[in-house]
Amino acid sequence: MKNQQKPIITVQNLVAQYGENVILDGVNLEVFKGEILVVLGGSGCGKSTLLRHMVGLDVPRSGNIIVDGIDITNCNDADFKTTLRKIGILFQSSALFGSMTLAENMAVPIAEYSDLPKSVITDLIRMKLCRVDLSEFENYLPFEISGGMKKRAGLARALALNPEILFLDEPTAGLDPVSAAEIDNLILQINQSSKTTIVIVTHELFSIFKVAHRVIMLDKSTKGIIAQGDPQYLKDHSENKKVKGFFNRESSSGQLSETL
Amino acid sequence: MKEYYDIFERDDGELIVRLKGRLDVKNAAAILQTLSSEVKTRSPSSLVVDIDQVTAFDDYGALILFELKHQLPLDNGSFRIENVSSKPEEILAQINFDEQEKYAIPQKKRAVNILVRLGDATIRHLDNIRFMVSFIGSVVLSFLHVLFHPKSLRVDDTIDAMEKTGVDALPIVALISFLLGLIIAFMSSIQLQQFGANIYVASLVALAMTSELGPIMTAIIVAGRSGSAFAAEIGTMKIYEEIDALFTMGFNPTIFLTIPKILASIIVVPLLTLFSNLFGIAGGLVVGVFMLGLTPGTYISQTIETITLFEVLWGLTKSAIFAVLIAWVGCLRGFQTRGGAAGVGNAATSAVVTSIFLIVLFDSIFAVIRSYWR
Ligand SMILES: Nc1ncnc2c1ncn2[C@@H]1O[C@H](COP(=O)(O)OP(=O)(O)O)[C@@H](O)[C@H]1O
Ligand SMILES: [Mg+2]
Repeated sequence: MKNQQKPIITVQNLVAQYGENVILDGVNLEVFKGEILVVLGGSGCGKSTLLRHMVGLDVPRSGNIIVDGIDITNCNDADFKTTLRKIGILFQSSALFGSMTLAENMAVPIAEYSDLPKSVITDLIRMKLCRVDLSEFENYLPFEISGGMKKRAGLARALALNPEILFLDEPTAGLDPVSAAEIDNLILQINQSSKTTIVIVTHELFSIFKVAHRVIMLDKSTKGIIAQGDPQYLKDHSENKKVKGFFNRESSSGQLSETL
Repeated sequence: MKEYYDIFERDDGELIVRLKGRLDVKNAAAILQTLSSEVKTRSPSSLVVDIDQVTAFDDYGALILFELKHQLPLDNGSFRIENVSSKPEEILAQINFDEQEKYAIPQKKRAVNILVRLGDATIRHLDNIRFMVSFIGSVVLSFLHVLFHPKSLRVDDTIDAMEKTGVDALPIVALISFLLGLIIAFMSSIQLQQFGANIYVASLVALAMTSELGPIMTAIIVAGRSGSAFAAEIGTMKIYEEIDALFTMGFNPTIFLTIPKILASIIVVPLLTLFSNLFGIAGGLVVGVFMLGLTPGTYISQTIETITLFEVLWGLTKSAIFAVLIAWVGCLRGFQTRGGAAGVGNAATSAVVTSIFLIVLFDSIFAVIRSYWR
């Protein structure tokens, strides 16, 4: 862990709510520059919700979210735009534009935000797709490729501008073990080569131990963080039944009914 | 940009580019802009790129190297990267640097022979017609099935569709018909007044509304509101594999989705037409009373004298047929949807266009039938 560094994202007392339904209640969190933070928790406990709030897609009921010095819950449009430029997101459903080929999908942010000439952009896209092993599919439409390939294409698009902060919502869900391992390698490498801060939602135990510098675990019943720290330490030493259950793939009967 | 590179030229024509500093997303465009043209003008026989002093390297850095490599004259000229440390090496390996080729910029689709295109279009249209016919078959079979197994009819869905197609459309149908009646009465009164035949405005409005404009206007409104909605709903279900899910659960998607919509339309569209007739006549009445000085009584009795039961039933029959066309085309286009969100949009558009075309076509056929019938 690199605790001496300053936080790049600070979440203060976040209360997230859809309608009357409170999903997160008083979450405090710091994400440090250059770290890989993994968000864990049963399905429906609000992991995607936390991510959506951190990138400003949803507005919190109360609380502040400070991304690289700018409070995105309370800032002007120009500041917000600047913040968005530093962020790359892979959505849980990949969210590729259905009417565009993979290459066109990638070209959207690159053409908008970089000064590269068109022919160079084509080369760049080919390289970026090659990095996620999709080089032969640049002219395919999203509905012509499999779910796992969409995930990789979504990742390539999130990486289009080499953002400072990368949010990945279940990047390896639905991938075969080999591709999943390649994605993990890619994540590590991006983190090392560009000092990218990465926040990942994932359930793959193997990935967690491989990539995470630090994990936090959310829980539905407390609507907040129940544990955080080094994954190996949590696995070995946590007293919390739910945390232990997660790392040892056990379901205590009470836990199952609550998390599902 | 000089701070990012030095260039030396050796006697044997070899060019050495020593890159320095950050070779990443922020600087790539600027470095490339000056450097690649500089390399190109010197057109060296071989190029050596030294990245020893590079402090940051990502795939935009790799892009710079790639573009430099392709500034060399084709086929001859050697390219070498020196002092590659482990991180750049890993990135270069990942993007398959050595084997990446520079394609001629965007490969445009070659213009295809006009005959080929004609044939292509013909085949597409024939396919489309075949699908249409087989869909008619599937709908008829489903109807027969529902007839013999009334329990398989999804009553709740049918009632829901009736509400959306009928009740919700009533205000707009009423308003448009009222204005239509107003317009017909107004336009015809200008002519008829010259002959002192004001009273025939009532006949004209009544006849026009019940036999032609009522059914057609209602059908067009329903096509725009509900035909497109049917196509979009089924199309969205199609692209998210919901139809496949239904199928694997043992449901017949036609019975599940199409029959309720067609049935609901057959019931509510004639009713809407009836309302349309009434409001059209009311529109004419307003003009008759306030502009032509007729009393409401005379206007209404003239109207009743003009319309026959046959006329009204004829109009309602037409509108029932239109209803089937609208719902059928809406569902058909929904099931034909391919692709993503754009596909759904196309399906909705095509549903409206096709059903309006069919409405007008069938109306002409009805007109011919009637002229022989008399
Ligand atoms: N747009 C929404 N409207 C209402 N409720 C929502 C919405 N999105 C998510 N929820 C609810 O918020 C809870 C957390 O969802 P989510 O963050 O997607 O869970 P997960 O941890 O699996 O990603 C769920 O109970 C879900 O029902
Ligand atoms: Mg989620």
